[in-house]
Amino acid sequence: MRLLALDTATSAISVAVHDGERVLASRSVVDARRHTELLAPLVVETLARAATAVDELTHVAVGTGPGPFTGLRVGLVTAQTLAHARGITVHGVCSLDALAAAAAAGGHEGELLVASDARRKEVYWARYRCAAGGITPLDEPAVTRPADLPDDVRALPTVGRGPLLYSDLLAHPLDLAGEGADAALLDVDAGVLAALAARRIAAGEKMPVEPLYLRRPDAVAPASTAPMSALKPSPRQQQRDLRQGERAGRGAEASQ
Amino acid sequence: MTDAPLVLGIETSCDETGVGIVHGTELLFDAIASSVDEHARFGGVVPEVASRAHLEAMVPTIERACREAGVALTDLDGIAVTSGPGLAGPLMVGVASAKALAVALGLPIYGVNHLASHVAVDIVEHGPLPEPTMAMLVSGGHSSLLLVPDVTHDIRSLGSTIDDAAGEAFDKVARVLGLPFPGGPHIDRAASDGQITIDFPRGLSTRKDMERHRFDFSFSGLKTAVTRWVQAEQAAGRDVPVADVAASFQEAVVDILTRKAVLACTEHDVAALQVGGGVAANSRLRAMAQQRCDNAGIQLRVPRPGLCTDNGAMVASLGAQMMLKGRPASDLSLPADSSLPVTDVRTGLPVHVDHDHAH
Ligand SMILES: [Zn+2]
Repeated sequence: MRLLALDTATSAISVAVHDGERVLASRSVVDARRHTELLAPLVVETLARAATAVDELTHVAVGTGPGPFTGLRVGLVTAQTLAHARGITVHGVCSLDALAAAAAAGGHEGELLVASDARRKEVYWARYRCAAGGITPLDEPAVTRPADLPDDVRALPTVGRGPLLYSDLLAHPLDLAGEGADAALLDVDAGVLAALAARRIAAGEKMPVEPLYLRRPDAVAPASTAPMSALKPSPRQQQRDLRQGERAGRGAEASQ
Repeated sequence: MTDAPLVLGIETSCDETGVGIVHGTELLFDAIASSVDEHARFGGVVPEVASRAHLEAMVPTIERACREAGVALTDLDGIAVTSGPGLAGPLMVGVASAKALAVALGLPIYGVNHLASHVAVDIVEHGPLPEPTMAMLVSGGHSSLLLVPDVTHDIRSLGSTIDDAAGEAFDKVARVLGLPFPGGPHIDRAASDGQITIDFPRGLSTRKDMERHRFDFSFSGLKTAVTRWVQAEQAAGRDVPVADVAASFQEAVVDILTRKAVLACTEHDVAALQVGGGVAANSRLRAMAQQRCDNAGIQLRVPRPGLCTDNGAMVASLGAQMMLKGRPASDLSLPADSSLPVTDVRTGLPVHVDHDHAH
């Protein structure tokens, strides 16, 4: 397997190459505004570091969000077009899963809140249970104002940029002993996403690449003040399918 | 380089996902997916709706273009893409997709200017462009007069609308007359049954305007004049003669467009006028432009209507010209550059068309 993984759902533009066993190369640049400029050169650079020619790729994996739409789409269309041009398959991974997986890989055990920047004073969030390096999602991803999260949810150890942006409301950033401020706990690391994707591909899971927008397009007008958290039905349904598959396939997840 | 490069062009500056494939100066196929119906309920193009539609349509439209053209992606010599101006979100989808093709296939990528592409499309329709050519682009998004010494790197904006685009004026007047959207074809049809009975104003045509705004256009005052005229008739209890109003309005638009375009050709000693954009489908515009160009000894070039509106073939055509003329390819860090709004090519400034510069 030669898997190219990329994610543009958080503040990092992240690319990795994975051989089915391990990450061969991984590169991230934190720049939430220049996905269009930076992603393609980063793909070329990461392939070179992994000593992998583009025609050796066998799979592409991409973070499907949720994340700010414009950047998210740059990653998705890049992954879809590249896979199409090489005649290989593209697999989607919920970007919040990759943040949770980074915590699990770092040794976190127990419940975890993932809260990433959704802009407009909101966060994308979901809870996970981490055990023995694996993750079990406890919610479907959603978008909300941090203050509207229940107290017991906000009390959970939290990864993603939520605690940086709303330190009074999300006051418990996950602190993995000895790890310090791990970039993979703030923004998606494509290396972590690649490992997650490789396991799910091996397990034969359904991995749709539909973007998880979680907001309707008509709620996007800058002047809009109405809190909108309406889910687009099809990704939600697909996400639910994905989650169920994941719960059923717990054994594969625990081996990280 | 081959004398007939095989180029795939991607256009996503507004609500059409366009993928065209050109072999040198020959159009092989032009695939279009439009999200126009999805915007109808919003009464205009919503960038986020368009962006989502572009993402969904991108790979299927590439696939369809290749299939219909009988071309494998691995046969291509280059990729071209609209890098601006246009809507930022939609542009980014096209630019990212084009880069992915370039990376996956090991091909050069050419980021091109949307307006220049509207000019270059006529090469696949009517052969090489005379150098220089005068181009008039008139659509719902543009109303521009461009002097084009070389479509691959030297385009000069002589003027553009200072308010509404010509196509917008057609849409707004259609609404006033109770005609459906889009207004252009309906006004054209209604006008064919009418007489030119009302002398509506020609924007920016007074002596003073011809000094300060010689090749600029204005359609806002015309739209207001039509609205007032219709309201006055209604207030007086008379039936509005829709066909006559449509014919008189259309005459005013077409008169000022063709008058300024021909004047620009004469003053700049240009022997060919190319008209592009959706409004180029208007029958009266075509007829009057033909008549005035004939009188002035100017060659008129108007592509078929399907190539006047936004499409991928125009991008591929410009990309092929860049390869033929040995222009440098863009860098993979090419940005999507929305900074020049589609409705506003700044008068007097060159439209940069050649590669990975920052505006
Ligand atoms: Zn256009």
